[in-house]
Order: sequence, then structure tokens, then C-alpha cells
Amino acid sequence: MEILRGFAQAVQLILHRDPALATIVALSLRVTGIALLFSTVLGIPLGIFLGFSRFVGRRLVIAMLYTGMGFPPVVVGLFVYMLISRSGPIGKLALPFVPSLFTPGAMIIAQTIISFPLIAGFTMAAVMGVDPQLRQQVMALGATRWQGAWTVLTEARVGVLVSIVAGFGSVISEVGAVMMVGGNIENYTRVLTTAIVLETNKGRFTLAMALGVILLALSFIANVIMLRLQGRTLDE
Amino acid sequence: MSESIFRLEGVSKGYNGRCVVDVPGLDIHRGEIFCVVGPSGAGKSTLLRLLNFLEPPSTGTIHFDGGRYGPADEVPLAQRRKVTTVFQRSILLNRSVWANVDYGLWLRGDRTGGEAVDAALEQVGLKDLARQQARTLSGGELQRVALARAIVIKPEVLLLDEPTANLDPYNVGLIEEIVRELNHTRGTTVVLVTHNVFQAKRLADRVALLLECKLVEIAEVHQFFESPSDPRTGAFVRGDLVY
Repeated sequence: MEILRGFAQAVQLILHRDPALATIVALSLRVTGIALLFSTVLGIPLGIFLGFSRFVGRRLVIAMLYTGMGFPPVVVGLFVYMLISRSGPIGKLALPFVPSLFTPGAMIIAQTIISFPLIAGFTMAAVMGVDPQLRQQVMALGATRWQGAWTVLTEARVGVLVSIVAGFGSVISEVGAVMMVGGNIENYTRVLTTAIVLETNKGRFTLAMALGVILLALSFIANVIMLRLQGRTLDE
Repeated sequence: MSESIFRLEGVSKGYNGRCVVDVPGLDIHRGEIFCVVGPSGAGKSTLLRLLNFLEPPSTGTIHFDGGRYGPADEVPLAQRRKVTTVFQRSILLNRSVWANVDYGLWLRGDRTGGEAVDAALEQVGLKDLARQQARTLSGGELQRVALARAIVIKPEVLLLDEPTANLDPYNVGLIEEIVRELNHTRGTTVVLVTHNVFQAKRLADRVALLLECKLVEIAEVHQFFESPSDPRTGAFVRGDLVY
């Protein structure tokens, strides 16, 4: 029954445009969106490069990437915490473009580190999954090297989009790292996942459930958008 | 038909020290259908990749349409685009049939390919399938789309690498007819690689036998089949050659 009540309350919160909820959702989307943008900009080119090229040490880079794909977020949080805290190697430099602990900027760094290996790894796998003969065939049709690479990438587009979806899923639902480096400060660094933890600890299960339903809905909407971008219909 | 579009001089290709193609001299005449027959592994496909400039030769020079290209030479894009290949296992892009045929025009910056694409599809008898996804096609249809994709760019040389190897007689007949028509109406030079001697006999003006990376014999089609000068050619044609 708690689940049903939570669902009903989620609908109510959305319909009444609860300002506290709106702040939490907006911050969740902003932090995740910016982190996803950074990790996509970094991850897709690296994935393409690793998928196309052969060089000494490539296997080592791939092994590191795979390790990164399974990296526990809480360890990433700890790592970022130690780096940018005032006594950390980067934090003590007080560089203007490095965010402080317990800010949305710190959360973005942690989420970027979490999602970047996923996007790079899945993109690499998608590019490598394209039939190797395809490149030869498009070159035979008169493609330049760049056109050939672009064609292979467009053939791998479903896999590349899946990599972005995976990256989104990994950070929107992540709690350990953002809790550690963000601090769950009301109206400043509180996102959906940390709010759920807080409400559960306070024993307000219905509200926690409501936030959970909203988180699920956001994830679902993001996936539907990605499917649409893939040019596929949901009944396929 | 005596003008050469391709001239190979001392061309060889090897991988890891193993010779795959060794052609001291070969002329391919403009406007002819030139067939290369030989068993699997003889180097036929490698020869086609060299002619399409997909790989440079290890040694020697390929003269093509006024240019000469050695192992270290970059072949100009304009020259490369005069040649194309239809492979034994054609891979179509994950798009519609129409978009696949339009692809070569798109590469060339030609965005007005509507009529040309329609005409190419008409020529291969697949105009009705233009909007269909390429991945849903049968093997024969797929190969005909690959042929349409090649002919829409109006190549001067069309290279065919066992294009009918796994097709039923109906599709084999269709593709052979299209190739013949291209050669007659547009004067497209065709180099066909096949291990099917009957197909070579039906289509070729001249035939070459490639055995263990070397060209054993090059002759007019009648001479090749009726009175070959090399005993291995006779044995291959009769099906006596064990390899």
C-alpha cells in the first residue's frame, strides 16, 4: 500500500508543482545533464578512436576503460573528495575553474568520471561491432577516409545512443558519490537520489516513494527520447 | 578496344612475406569485359583490391587512365572514384534501399540524385523496393542493390568479385544481363573475378587464369576455352585441375 500511496503522492506533487520538488528535480537534471554532456564530449571521440585505431598500449587503455565502467561510484566520490577538498592536491591550488566541495560543480565532476568510461566503452564496442568489411566497401565506392569513418559511426549510431543512455542511467540514479561530494544541502546540492535517502532515514516512506516514482519517470522519459532519436518506434 | 585503361607492370602483393599476387605484366582494355578465373585462394580478390586502389602494391606500378601509381603513391580521389567494386558479400548500410543506392552520389556531394537512383533501381528491377529497409532483403535482392549502388555513380571500371557466388540461377541471369548491358550501352570496363568458368565463357571478351598468385594465361574467350596455350588452363576449364 505504501507503494500505491507513494505513487498517488508523486502525482499530487507533480500536479501541485511543489516548489521544493521542482528545485530538486531541476538540480538533478542540471547536474546530470551537464555531466552527461561532458562525458559524451570526451567519451564518444575516445570510443571512436579506440574502435578504429591500433596502437601499442591499446589493450591497456581498454582494460583501464573496462575497469572504469565497473568503478564503484562511492569510490569515485571519495577520489573526487580527496582531490578537491581544501587539503587535496587540486583543492589547495584554489584554481578558479575547479569547484569546491559541497557544490553542484563537485557533483558534476564526480558524475562525469562515473559516466565517461561507460560512454567511451560502449561507443568503442559499437564501432568495433560494425562489419569490418563495410569500411572497405564504402572506400570502394569512393569515400574519403573521413567519409568512411563517418559512415561506420552512423552505422554504429544505435550503439552510440545506447552508450549515452547507459551514461545517463548511471548518473541519474547514483547516490554515493553525489552524497559525498555534494553534501545533500537543501536547495543547493540536494538531488532526487539524496532526497530519497534523507526521506527514508526520516521515516517518510511515502514521500521517498514519490521521489522514487519521479526518478523512474525521468529515466523512462529519457529512454523514450533516445528511442525516438534512434528512429525506432516503441512497438518495434 | 586496344587502348588500355589499366596496365600493371611488375606488380606484386604479399602479406608477411607470402606472395598473394605476382603479375609481371597485364593490360586491361577500355570497354572490355575481362574475367579472371581461378581457384579459391589464387589471389583474385587481392588483384581486384589493387585495381580499386584499396591497397597499394608491394612492388611495381599500376598505370590507370593517365596516372601511374607505385607502392608509396597516394591515388587521387578523382581517380579512385572512377573505379568501384561489387563484392561477393555485399554489405548494405542500415538504411532504405533508396538511401543505399544514393550513397555513392552523396559521397560525391551530389544531392540531386533522385532520378539517377530511380533509374539505377529500375535497371536492377527493384524500384518497388526503394523504400524498404535494406536489411530485409533476400540475398539476390541485396546483391542487385549493391550493383545499383555501383552503377549509379557511373564508374569507368566496374570490378565484380564473385558477385553471383551464392545466388539462384534467376538472380545470376539478371545480374549477368545487367553487366552485359552496362558494358554495351555505357562502355563500362568490367573486370569480373569468378571461379565459375561457365560464367566467364558467357560474359567475357578475354579471360585470364590466376593460379597460385600468378597469371598462367590471358587469352580471347574462344581461344581460352577452345585452344588454351597452357595445359593447366585446359585442365582448369575441363575441371580436371585438382587444387
